[in-house]
Amino acid sequence: MRNPYRAQRIAFFFLFLATLLIVVPVGLIVVIIVQKGLPAISWQFLSDIPRHGMRVGGIFPAIVGTIYLVTGAIIFALPIGLLAAIYLSEYSKDNFLTRIIRLAIVNLAGVPSVVYGLFGLALFVVFLKFGASILSGSLTLGIMILPIIITTSREALESVPQSFREVSLSLGASKWQTIRHIVLPNAIPGILTGTILGIGRAAGETAPILFTVAAFYLPQLPDSIFDQAMALPYHLYVISTQVPNVDEKIRYGTALVLLALVLFMNLVAIIIRYKFRKRKKW
Amino acid sequence: MRKLKELVIEKLILICGLASIFFVALIFLFLLKEGFAVFKAVNPFNFLFGKSWYPISDPPQLGILPLILGSLLVTLGAAVISIPIGVACAVYIAEVAPAKTKEALKAGIELLAAIPSVVLGFIGMVTLVPLVKSVFHIPTGLTALSGSIMLAFMAMPTIVSIAEDALYSVPKSYKEGAFALGATHWQTIRRVMLPAASSGILAAVMLGLGRVIGETMAVMMITGNAAVIPRSILQPVRTLTATIAAEMGEAVVGSEHYFALFAVGIVLFIISFAVNVTADLFLHKKER
Amino acid sequence: MVTIGVGVKFEIHDLNIWFGSAHAIRHVNIEIQTNEILSVIGPANSGKTTFLRTLNRLNELYANYNITGEVELEREDIRSIEIGELRRKVGMVFALPLPLPLSIFDNVAYGIKMHDRRGKKELEEKVEETLRQAYLWEEVKDRLSESAFKLSGGQQQRLCIARTLAVGPEVILFDEPCSGLDPISTAKVEDAMVKLKEKFTIVLVTNNVKQAARVGDKTAFFLNGELVELDKTDRIFTAPQDKRTDGYIRGKFG
Repeated sequence: MRNPYRAQRIAFFFLFLATLLIVVPVGLIVVIIVQKGLPAISWQFLSDIPRHGMRVGGIFPAIVGTIYLVTGAIIFALPIGLLAAIYLSEYSKDNFLTRIIRLAIVNLAGVPSVVYGLFGLALFVVFLKFGASILSGSLTLGIMILPIIITTSREALESVPQSFREVSLSLGASKWQTIRHIVLPNAIPGILTGTILGIGRAAGETAPILFTVAAFYLPQLPDSIFDQAMALPYHLYVISTQVPNVDEKIRYGTALVLLALVLFMNLVAIIIRYKFRKRKKW
Repeated sequence: MRKLKELVIEKLILICGLASIFFVALIFLFLLKEGFAVFKAVNPFNFLFGKSWYPISDPPQLGILPLILGSLLVTLGAAVISIPIGVACAVYIAEVAPAKTKEALKAGIELLAAIPSVVLGFIGMVTLVPLVKSVFHIPTGLTALSGSIMLAFMAMPTIVSIAEDALYSVPKSYKEGAFALGATHWQTIRRVMLPAASSGILAAVMLGLGRVIGETMAVMMITGNAAVIPRSILQPVRTLTATIAAEMGEAVVGSEHYFALFAVGIVLFIISFAVNVTADLFLHKKER
Repeated sequence: MVTIGVGVKFEIHDLNIWFGSAHAIRHVNIEIQTNEILSVIGPANSGKTTFLRTLNRLNELYANYNITGEVELEREDIRSIEIGELRRKVGMVFALPLPLPLSIFDNVAYGIKMHDRRGKKELEEKVEETLRQAYLWEEVKDRLSESAFKLSGGQQQRLCIARTLAVGPEVILFDEPCSGLDPISTAKVEDAMVKLKEKFTIVLVTNNVKQAARVGDKTAFFLNGELVELDKTDRIFTAPQDKRTDGYIRGKFG
């Protein structure tokens, strides 16, 4: 007779192996980029413009461009996403409309990033005549991160106990007062987590900004939201594939800055979530 | 005054609640608006099943079959790699790993999901591509296989986290019942947990592969981008997404090429729509 | 019907409530007199809490909720009173102590602030006054800025009473207010209720028949959504008219 415990040991070993197959490469990717990118990082690299066809110099305009784009995306997406989350968690009933909204959010989250790029091109750049600009790129990225912000904010709002709402209402507070003074303050960590994850996503995406904002090479900083801008992920793409003979150090350095930015955002989000889960008052 | 303010706020909340429907509709509308014009030049059948994609020859040949097959091949390869590994990892995290390891692993998977695709593409270019080239003794490592491997890594976070959720939401009583009958932990997982979580796991796989089909940058950087009908996984291929990303920059607004790229966008939109709706049905199967 | 006190506070006529297809309250008629304590007793799922939450329209938070019949507060249909104003007049103390995640001070001040703006000084006076009314002031006066969750269960429940008093109610609904408390805390809450009766009308839903006997002027017995019997408390406990009332009380005593 086969020994079921031996079968279990073998099976668990393979499950463990599969896990290693995911985790080890992730670790390797991070280690390689840090190891090879770190020597490139210097104050000059971070603060100088790219020079000599991007083969020397720094990545300052790309960093600034990414910060502008992400800021614009959040300014657009946070209010809409938060209000949408409030609608879903506090106002919507379990009906057909709500199901359609949920499906729309799921789809918005699933639309390929390059299709967002097409959409931004057609609507903002061409139809609304914003041109390839920070405005077009920010709006495109903003719509892309909307589902992240809605979903995480909604979860945060729904995790506030129903009893708090009842108490507030029973004291004669209106529905909006209850949301404003009781529900929202207690959902802030979750909303913050969602916002930070949204920032991380917007900072790392390339395809949506390809035709809506990204400049191949623009050695000065943008003056207005109607200017084109460089952006870190696109810059990494350009110097990896479009420009021959770029020093490997610069490529790794750029990859490291982008990765560090995105992972830092995610780390902050994870820490906030972890801390507040532990400190929850109810 | 307070009443009026609250009325305005509540209307605003309702409008924003409907925003996601509005944006999905807007995306589809603008894709259609720009993409539909291509069917004046080529009929839908020849567009979908035409064997050659030469958008800038004269007259342009706008058949996207090579691109569809390219996407399918890469996705299939990614599926073969990511499904078994992803599901196994989900089972390990949900059932086997000790509590502390579990938290660390989940954070690790989240980190993987967060790595921008252009960074993965870059890493693939400098590590995986030369490796594939030397292992298989082929002229270039920019192949469908390289793309599949890299894409598998982009699918796995989705597969692992959703499958893990599905396993986690299997009622405790199922497991306790199996234990009470004397089953080992592994037997319980195989005979009870996995079947009970099957619809969630299926949704996880679909969403993971949905992400693969829509993935752009990494694919464009490491699959070689040859718009020919692929004969082998060791050849360069070009996917639907990479075609748009690579060519839209040069396409003249209003040209047939421009319209054709939007029509490719429509195809992608419909695929992702179908995948997401179906996955959502699987995920919420139990609720009804 | 028996009358104690002066004037009718609540008048309920042919009240029916459904949650979906479940008929939770069936043809209930009750008058609640000003400045009396009405105890509502009955087994679980008899509709007593649903009845209570009708009076401040808190049931409306549930989906599939349907109501017919009339509920009048001082001869005015409660549906025509602005809902915030109704709930200010008809306060509620919940089954478990449910402080809001705020400081002790802010828990009491919260309701006041939601109704109108007041100066800091005035607010502080009002908070002190209501904490005294709930017999909590001496215990918390030095720690008003601490989280309300740091109080003991009994203190939390008295804080919840203070919070309710702060908005100036006329009626206070108690929903099994002592179900989470030990006997000593329970006695303190009961004392508070009896003293509050001088100024307020009180409706007390309780699982504890002895509690109803101790504090109620009148007692109503609910069963399966029906009001079986309503009478002066001593009559209910000494000479119930309905066999079911008798059985419930005996069962509980026995």
